[in-house]
Amino acid sequence: MSMLAPAMPVRRSARTEIAVAAIFIALALVPFAAAYGAQGYILSLFVRVMVFAIAALAVDFLCGFGGLITFGHAAFIGLGAYTVAIAGAHGVTDMAITLPLAILVSALFAYVTGTICLRTSGVYFIMITLAFGQMAYFIAGSLAPYGGDDGITLPARSTLFGLAVFKDDRALYYVTLGFLAGAYFLLRAVVYSRFGRVFRGARENPTRMATIGFDVFRYQRIGYVIAGALGGLAGFLLANATEFVSPAYMSWQRSGELIIMVIFGGLGTLYGAIVGAASFLLLEEVLAGFTENWKLIFGPLLVLIVLFARGGMVGLVTSIKARLTRG
Amino acid sequence: MADAVLLIENLRKRFGGLVVTDGVTLEIGPGELHAVIGPNGAGKTTLIHQISGTLTPDGGRMLLNGADIMPLPPNERARLGLARSFQITSVLPRFSALENVALAVQARSGSSYRFLRPAAREAELNDQAMAALTEVSLDHRADIVAAHLSHGEKRALELAIALALEPKLLLLDEPMAGTGPEESERIVAVLKKLKGRFAMLLVEHDMDAVFALADKISVLVYGRVLASGTPHEVRNDPAVTEAYLGEELE
Repeated sequence: MSMLAPAMPVRRSARTEIAVAAIFIALALVPFAAAYGAQGYILSLFVRVMVFAIAALAVDFLCGFGGLITFGHAAFIGLGAYTVAIAGAHGVTDMAITLPLAILVSALFAYVTGTICLRTSGVYFIMITLAFGQMAYFIAGSLAPYGGDDGITLPARSTLFGLAVFKDDRALYYVTLGFLAGAYFLLRAVVYSRFGRVFRGARENPTRMATIGFDVFRYQRIGYVIAGALGGLAGFLLANATEFVSPAYMSWQRSGELIIMVIFGGLGTLYGAIVGAASFLLLEEVLAGFTENWKLIFGPLLVLIVLFARGGMVGLVTSIKARLTRG
Repeated sequence: MADAVLLIENLRKRFGGLVVTDGVTLEIGPGELHAVIGPNGAGKTTLIHQISGTLTPDGGRMLLNGADIMPLPPNERARLGLARSFQITSVLPRFSALENVALAVQARSGSSYRFLRPAAREAELNDQAMAALTEVSLDHRADIVAAHLSHGEKRALELAIALALEPKLLLLDEPMAGTGPEESERIVAVLKKLKGRFAMLLVEHDMDAVFALADKISVLVYGRVLASGTPHEVRNDPAVTEAYLGEELE
């Protein structure tokens, strides 16, 4: 695990700042470019990208900084999405209620499962997060009143104090972008904070952390709850984007994809998670246009990235640039 | 007895059939440097593990400044003022030297449940961390990532971490292990400087260092305290000479 994760720079570099600014500016400009093409399609694709970027950020926070390889994070997306769907089925569609509720439900699930998962570490942690993820998946599939395996369609997108704010795809797009930016800057602050220092230290050497007086478990559980809450936020947005929720959102393949996104972008960088989510989903879209068996191309590509670009796409760009400047 | 920093009474621990701590009784007064010596396998490191809380004894009593620490986990013992260094270097490899120590300062002062302000810019943490690094002459290496420090520097960094905790009692598990003669001298010099500021329990194989530093020495053989006293008394104890010191002191 330590081989995968690069050391975190003590100070933020100008290069990172430029890359981050470029990412967010590009995302802000997408709707304008989309106006010249298949607008609906492009907007919904990029909303998906941003939603999964939020979840991938949470996964990078856990894996890349906390050393907690979670293989069940899709469950939190599903919980957030189902909260919206179930509340909607009972006539509650206002996001003033459903958004905090979606976040609360996932945070609570993270607290309870984290209390158990974090007693273990390494492979056992991976397995037990997977087990909880699968539990959530099967429970969702057995919710007959809410569509069971087939899933459930939302009556409508969420409203805000009665206003249909998400009626316009662009509004949903920019709100999602806003949440993505919020999630990114929040996690970045957390990583560099006192808490973040303890959280990162726990990955490095938990015994040492205990002997200087930290109850590592408590800090890790808080980190797990933060990541879970962000998963719930992603779920809330995903439900609104697709106006449909199904157990498939929680499948273990989804959790695996989140890890792939993070590795693809560059573990332990945060903004790499956004790059990773975008490259993964856009590549999937492009490759699927060529052939039904797009995973045949995608698989080897992932292997190449892991083998030759340890730091993911972000690391690849950095090392190419370093090579060019060296001449 | 009441003013002892650490009081251990009749401590016992066995691993299966092997008795590793056999009724150990030990008392360390304020500012005292107490060395524990003994041949390999005498149970010295096991003793340190039990004091710091990473191993649970089978029986006996352990008081830190009069408070029973037996039921406490390692992190709570640390909060009561127990700091330790490890036989095998234990630092945070991807943290800079300064951040390693700042984390210890953070553990002692204020809450670590702060989520937004960048910790690296907290002057209060950095200044105290820098002071600790200066005491072990590592201030010029503050920004170096711990993994890139030399072995001796890592040992010094461990001391700085312990110092930053402002401990009541410092457990030193072979601080000289694996260091060259020059580096050993440096660590002895640092320990001499620190002596008297807080109580220390030193486990060490380097007899020159032990006799240069210790106020009291306990000799541990097969988990038992064979002898205990001033360096002079221990050196002249025939049982000790026979069991252990003999050849090394000639």
